[in-house]
Amino acid sequence: MAAISFSVNGRPYNVDTDPDCPLLYVLNDELGISGPKFGCGLAQCGACTVLLDGQPIRSCTTVVSEAAGLGVTTIEGLGTPENPHPLQQAFIQEQAAQCGYCLSGIMLYGKTFVDSNPNATQEEILDALSGLICRCHAHNRMVRALQSYAKAVKA
Amino acid sequence: MKPVNGSSNLNLSTWTPDAVQAFEKAGFSRRGFLRGAGALIVGFMAGGEKLAAQATGTRVTDGTQVDTWVAIAQDESVVAYSGKCEFGQGFLTVQHQLVADELNVPYERVKVIICDTALTPDQGTTSGSQSHPAEFGTAGLRQALATAREQMFRMAATRLSLTPDQLMVKDGVIMSKTDSTKRVTYGQLIGGSTFKLTLDTKAIPKDAATYTVLGTSVPRVDIPGKVFGKHQYVQNVRVPGMLHGKPVRPPTIGAKVVSVNEASVKGLPGNVKVVVKNDFVGVVADREWQALQASKELDVTWSDGPAIPDQATLYDYMRKQPTRDSLIVNASDVDRNLAAAARQFKATYLHPYQIHGSMGSSCAVADVQGTGATATATIWSSTQGVYPQRDSAALLLGLPRPNVRVVFVEGSGCYGINGADTVCYDAALMSQAVGKPVRVQYTRADEMTDGENIGPAFVVDLTAGVDDKGQIIAWDYESWALSKGGRPNATTPGNIITAALAGFPTPAIVPAAANSPTTFGNNGNAASSYGAGVVGNNAPGGTGNVRSERVKTHTIQSMFFTGPLRSPNRLQNTFANESFIDEIAAAVKVDPVQYRLRHLSDARLIDVLNAAAKAANWDTRVSPKPGNAKTGVVTGRGISCVLYEGDNGYCAIVAEVEVDQDSGVMNVKRLIASQDSGAISNPDGMRNQMEGGALQGMSRAMKEEVKWSGNRITSVDWVRFPVFKFGDALPVVETVIVNRTDKLQMGAGECTITSVAAAIANALYDATGARLRQVPFTPARVLAALKERA
Ligand code: FES
Ligand code: FES
Repeated sequence: MAAISFSVNGRPYNVDTDPDCPLLYVLNDELGISGPKFGCGLAQCGACTVLLDGQPIRSCTTVVSEAAGLGVTTIEGLGTPENPHPLQQAFIQEQAAQCGYCLSGIMLYGKTFVDSNPNATQEEILDALSGLICRCHAHNRMVRALQSYAKAVKA
Repeated sequence: MKPVNGSSNLNLSTWTPDAVQAFEKAGFSRRGFLRGAGALIVGFMAGGEKLAAQATGTRVTDGTQVDTWVAIAQDESVVAYSGKCEFGQGFLTVQHQLVADELNVPYERVKVIICDTALTPDQGTTSGSQSHPAEFGTAGLRQALATAREQMFRMAATRLSLTPDQLMVKDGVIMSKTDSTKRVTYGQLIGGSTFKLTLDTKAIPKDAATYTVLGTSVPRVDIPGKVFGKHQYVQNVRVPGMLHGKPVRPPTIGAKVVSVNEASVKGLPGNVKVVVKNDFVGVVADREWQALQASKELDVTWSDGPAIPDQATLYDYMRKQPTRDSLIVNASDVDRNLAAAARQFKATYLHPYQIHGSMGSSCAVADVQGTGATATATIWSSTQGVYPQRDSAALLLGLPRPNVRVVFVEGSGCYGINGADTVCYDAALMSQAVGKPVRVQYTRADEMTDGENIGPAFVVDLTAGVDDKGQIIAWDYESWALSKGGRPNATTPGNIITAALAGFPTPAIVPAAANSPTTFGNNGNAASSYGAGVVGNNAPGGTGNVRSERVKTHTIQSMFFTGPLRSPNRLQNTFANESFIDEIAAAVKVDPVQYRLRHLSDARLIDVLNAAAKAANWDTRVSPKPGNAKTGVVTGRGISCVLYEGDNGYCAIVAEVEVDQDSGVMNVKRLIASQDSGAISNPDGMRNQMEGGALQGMSRAMKEEVKWSGNRITSVDWVRFPVFKFGDALPVVETVIVNRTDKLQMGAGECTITSVAAAIANALYDATGARLRQVPFTPARVLAALKERA
């Protein structure tokens, strides 16, 4: 066990944990943060995606000690119903989900890419999401949502 | 592991109001949770007022009673109760629309509580695209609402000294048609009280043509919570004092426990406990990560398990087993007509075992308290059927049924019986053994090995004869499908793996000859769309005009647990039937749409077929496409159509493909789906289902196959069970809705997926002249088909 400090969505935490425990379990079980989800535990699907210092990572295979001293952002950290992030607005606008279990991966990889490539084509956006799974196969809507988010980023 | 600061395990005070609201909507109460889990009756707060129907903690759940379905508060808020669950298919939103429309109340005033054995009516399972038919049928929510509305009209008439036909209703206010000052609100009439009324089958629901909320694309109630990360899935349920369990499964199919060395996990962190019941083995620990580690350390000796058929010879094996047979249609002249036919065609179509492969591995929390007859159990589950699960879990745990409460909490999309039910048993058995609430979430391998009841493999043999004009004069279908277990019910917990391991028998397939059919039913879509469906002296029940038709199915014992996977049987059968009609059309040199039309009699199926063809700008001509080279990249188009379940949604789909004949790589470029499901409740919701069905169907057709080696399933992750992912070539998906406000509501979720595989195979044929008769259409199979082409 070790005490590890990091922040999640701007709020500091200090957890006493097995340093080899994946970050996902600490977020879900210890901190009550439910945005990132367990899908495979094998870095194969993206359901557990969080931003670690701004970059998307798979929290199911990232040990918690790797987050020490860093900032974690989950989809909860993007915005709130009262003050939604334009990305969240775009997904609501396009009704871009069925079950929504995959959303952390699609939204966070999509956001990271579109933020630095607001002029990206649909092909390029799809490429940036490469390897992510949406088993409800709501792909077309999700891409539409990311394209509409790209417009918002440009504006 | 303990947070030094930050929130504790389940501290609702750290949740945003919308998260708490979503949680409560799922049937929980904040107070209930803080008080600790147990068979609590939630005190649902609607507009700050506790509903009278629940104040006593004894909600009626008898579906014949209006009070079971709807309660109106003094503040005019309306709460409806339903046994149809939400899995991301959007039906919760539709139910809100239905309540608002049928009662004429503003949509925002409505809350719908779903699927909780303590609160909601028993509506079986949410499956088979049956939600619309059930809730809009004569024993469902709509009928209850119509009964309630008519009763309130009668009450208002008395109160206002008028007759019901002098009244109208707007926004929950009943008023005189001629003098709006004579008015009374629903809340004033019944608020906080109960109807004490039986569902009236004569109550007249609103005409769908007059709907103002239904029929519009009301945004989904659940999507905001999901994109804000606040939606509480069953995977997020945490209850005070909860431990984490992890099942330890047999490494091979049918292996049995020889010994469990509990000492092997002694002293591991997390207060590890081992639970063994017959061949069921699990470990429980304080933390999920600790349980996972302990499960890897636990030393269990297993028997080898029986040999199972080799994957390479599965389809031959299937033809040689004892079978349980059934006949759907059995015209006496089939053999004669086949013999007399100008030309005869024969083909065999093969479909593999496939899995649901839910995005989130299945999860449940169970809290079994006490012992003996007074013990209680609460199970939080994403099951498709809270009542069947309650009844079967009661048997599993040895508890009286009323002592078990199953509370539905949405999981990730399930598409049928994924591991949602069986993981509840894991959690319940472990909770019962350790006397604490236990949460279990499967690993990916648990889920993909035997955590779900997978979709069965199929062999379909088809034979047809045509006359000298190319018209089909006889159609002969024979299939072999595997089966083991299925949905659990009150007497068969052994239908799913956990209970089978714990010692409950799985009913075997008992070989039996087919009885003669007495009525035509095409629930499994074994009969093609082109059959007339004539059984005995009954009127034709099919959608086509081929009267000389025989449809015989054989069910055989599966080695893996099987169960409904989105469009069960219908998808496999439609792949066969819709490929075969295409083969015949090509052989007699008629355009595939025109050839279908020549054999269809059902006007609605004809309309959706034409609608898809029109939207796709269908190029009317014989397949294969003239002028395509035999090497390099070529394109083609194919079509397929079906009346889902024989009576539950008309659909057609056009696929346009591009194939590289040198590598065998085929990409679907465009999918154009049309659908008629009667009066449409939510057009955008239906499009979402059609789009997802189109792509999921494409994934199943092109990539998906359960693999095994020896008696061990090997396709246990997303690399070894590939599906269509982001980064794979994404087709354009277009949808055409044929809305019929004058027709009964039909299912919408499983139509499109049913016809995708045949449309793709037909498009490949159009592009190349090569025929794919085995799913999945991997590049190797495409190359093999290209090699074989005439
Ligand atoms: S859960 Fe982490 S990638 Fe699947
Ligand atoms: S919406 Fe269900 S997995 Fe993506």
